Amino acid sequence: MSSRALVLDRIRRALSDVPATDPPYDQAVPRDYVREHGARTPAQNVDLLAENLADYRAHVHRCGPEGLAELLARLLDEREARRVLLPAGLPRELLDAAAVEVLDDKTGLTAQELDGVDSVVTGCAVAVAETGTLVLDAGADQGTRRGTLVPDHHICLVRVPDQVVASVPRALELLAPTRPLTWISGPSATSDIELDRVEGVHGPRRLDVVLVRG
Amino acid sequence: MSGTFLGMPAFPEAARTSVHNPTLRANIRHATHTIRTKRAAAVAELDDWAELREAGKQIKEHTLRHLDRYLVQLEEAVTAAGGTVHWAADADEANRIVTELVRATGESEVVKVKSMATQEIGLNEALEAAGIAAYETDLAELIVQLGEDRPSHILVPAIHRNRGEIRDIFRREMGRWGRAAPDGLSDEPAQLAEAARLHLREKFLRAKVAVSGANFMVAETGTLVVVESEGNGRMCLTLPETLISVAGIEKVVPTWRDLEVFLQTLPRSSTAERMNPYTSMWTGTTPGDGPRNFHLVLLDNGRTDTLADEVGRQALRCIRCSACLNVCPVYERAGGHAYGSVYPGPIGAILSPQLRGTQSEIDASLPYASSLCGACYDVCPVAIDIPEVLVHLREQVAEQPGHRLERAAMGAAAKAFDHPSVLAAGQRLASLTRRLHPSKLPGPGRAWSESRDLPAFPAESFRTWFKRQERRKREEGTR
Amino acid sequence: MRVALFATCVNDALYPSTAIATVKLLERLGVQVDFPAAQTCCGQPQYNTGYRRQTEPLVRRMGRAFEGYDHVVTPSGSCAAMVRDHYPRIARRGSDPRLTAVSESLVPRMYELTEFLVDVLGVTDVGAYFPYKVTYHPSCHGLRMLGLGDRPTRLLRAVKGLELIELPGADECCGFGGTFAVKNPDVSVAMGEDKVRNAASTGAGVLCGADNSCLMHIGGILHRQDSPQRALHLAEILACTEEEPLT
Repeated sequence: MSSRALVLDRIRRALSDVPATDPPYDQAVPRDYVREHGARTPAQNVDLLAENLADYRAHVHRCGPEGLAELLARLLDEREARRVLLPAGLPRELLDAAAVEVLDDKTGLTAQELDGVDSVVTGCAVAVAETGTLVLDAGADQGTRRGTLVPDHHICLVRVPDQVVASVPRALELLAPTRPLTWISGPSATSDIELDRVEGVHGPRRLDVVLVRG
Repeated sequence: MSGTFLGMPAFPEAARTSVHNPTLRANIRHATHTIRTKRAAAVAELDDWAELREAGKQIKEHTLRHLDRYLVQLEEAVTAAGGTVHWAADADEANRIVTELVRATGESEVVKVKSMATQEIGLNEALEAAGIAAYETDLAELIVQLGEDRPSHILVPAIHRNRGEIRDIFRREMGRWGRAAPDGLSDEPAQLAEAARLHLREKFLRAKVAVSGANFMVAETGTLVVVESEGNGRMCLTLPETLISVAGIEKVVPTWRDLEVFLQTLPRSSTAERMNPYTSMWTGTTPGDGPRNFHLVLLDNGRTDTLADEVGRQALRCIRCSACLNVCPVYERAGGHAYGSVYPGPIGAILSPQLRGTQSEIDASLPYASSLCGACYDVCPVAIDIPEVLVHLREQVAEQPGHRLERAAMGAAAKAFDHPSVLAAGQRLASLTRRLHPSKLPGPGRAWSESRDLPAFPAESFRTWFKRQERRKREEGTR
Repeated sequence: MRVALFATCVNDALYPSTAIATVKLLERLGVQVDFPAAQTCCGQPQYNTGYRRQTEPLVRRMGRAFEGYDHVVTPSGSCAAMVRDHYPRIARRGSDPRLTAVSESLVPRMYELTEFLVDVLGVTDVGAYFPYKVTYHPSCHGLRMLGLGDRPTRLLRAVKGLELIELPGADECCGFGGTFAVKNPDVSVAMGEDKVRNAASTGAGVLCGADNSCLMHIGGILHRQDSPQRALHLAEILACTEEEPLT
């Protein structure tokens, strides 16, 4: 007997007490919890997102489309970033004001090459207000997963209020499971020393989030 | 389970050592009390916590009751998305599968994401025996691995170490395994985290094979989910060419939507955060992004035995948040090592004896390693009634040889209690001889009287007093 | 009103003063108290140690002893919880229909003392007088299984002369846990010593509880440490009046 058959057989024998009339999935699971906590306007969701992101040590900025290039230049300059990764789906003009070398990930940079990249600028798929979370789904404006991981500085652009949802259930409704997803809530952190949170381990240690109006 | 814990002494003996270790007591007390308060605050933010908890419980319970169906569905979905599914009946088989998969890549080292399942099966030791180095990349796992220590907590395996001890381990050991700790490393947590970042980065960048576990597996989509904080998980899940995930068969959930429950309850229960810093979800392989080869090893290793027990089955609902450890007064004082398993604390006390059976000394003692205070059940995000399962397992253990005397004593007590006249006579005798009672008991009673005095035996029982009162009232009434 | 007192085996044999205080308190509140002599033990020690089958005759005995009473009152949170939480389980797992009958009949009639006072009699001021500083340990069964909430402290706050001081770490187990106390003596005592340390930090002269099993353990440590603090059951405080103070 294959191990597959063996394990499945063991399971079926272990469940001999379960009647054929056992309630099906949609009846067995009560979903009396709420889809979102509290009633907020889209603008209030944006404020809550900003508050929660900041609470977990992300740096939150707000601007209109007209001021974006200048803001990015300032953020990159503050970090003294020289080499910046920009996914193909974001316009090159975004970094026109910044004195940096712009790389795209079209050629598929290796991990070692990415290690020499100072900053990465991406968009996101959706942002979750209640938890202060950005979700990336490897869309054209976000690039590969390793691109937002190896560089030590990530600048993430969120179109507000369009891309902001209230809650985790609302976010899952919009996301496609077939895409690789990365949920990011603040910079890399650990609770492994005395169960107290400190920021900064393997992922980007600085996370700038730009809430772009309109 | 892992051979690491074979021959462990029973819980009471192991706990005796830790109870009298002031550093250990202080470390665990500090850490668990810190997280306890924060968890309560994080949970209190959600006014529908009870409903989320009930939904989580019922999702898991339903899945377990139809586990065969959901595993087959998962297998189909993972395969369709480009992954390969393997089935392992026990630890040896799982280790063999992983070892062969690594060998087939021609590599001799792997990076690892913290995973309870691979700890449970002793994968690192098995790989080492096959000449493959396995590097733990979670900070706490790294501390344990470098210190040649054993894990003592589900979430924070190095919880028994304070910052000073961690600094000493890093200074002493890092150089032997790769990049040494920076000169003048202090015990500041931020500096310790930085040292781990530098030490592990070279390993991440060159790794070709990674091994992970999974927090959740979605049957309908074939999606795996890993919840983490540091980014070491993302490194392992995205940089290498080959990813091997080992997961217990109970980690499956039916639908994508089910994640909306657990992504709310797990972070708050475990690190007391609204959301953990990083969660990765992947479905098979994606061209140009992440590993080219993905293998999923589905692990039984005693889970089907647990599933067969209608009362004990609920232990398989566990999502490994470790909230029960953090509130447990016994864990706080005995420490994680006393539980003789990679699963310590209240959940370990019901999981280990079910996965391994109750024959060994340590496993037979675990169901008694609790005062049944119920704090664990209160905080469990999937409502596992741990006290209920503990008592149920005690019943199994009490049937085993070695409990003859206790069984006889319990039987005799029950018999006396079923005969009030015998009981009353005993009470009268005890009252008559009460001045002769020793304040310290011999034999098994010493366990009580070593540190506690017995109450003074009363001159008469309540029963006698009440009868006297009744008589007096009757006499007063007839007078 | 006429009620049956379930004194419990521990109180009957070791702490008659608690059961006597319960009788005096209830009688003072106009309740007629019976003590059905057929009662012994609810079976908690057996059940919690893994001897479910040995518990069954005691369950049947409890059923017989308290037949016909609308209210069964007990000054022990853990024994009330044994009946309420575990009798239905014992009935479910056993094969004797009488167990089910006992469980169904007894569970709704079983009241822990403070529940009976607050919920059934509707009193919080029981006319007691106790001019001392008191701190209250809620006990796990009262706190988590029965959900007694603030009933005990509401009763204590209404006692004339009594100063109630909050106990740090009140919700933590004292470490008694039935046979846990002797099967894991080191952890049990370590928990008890922390409880005693917290209680001492309040400066209260009396550590009050509603379960004498816990108080036997805590009191045993207090006594061994020659502590001036005294462990005392809630019923004994509520029974005290200016005319009949604590002896």
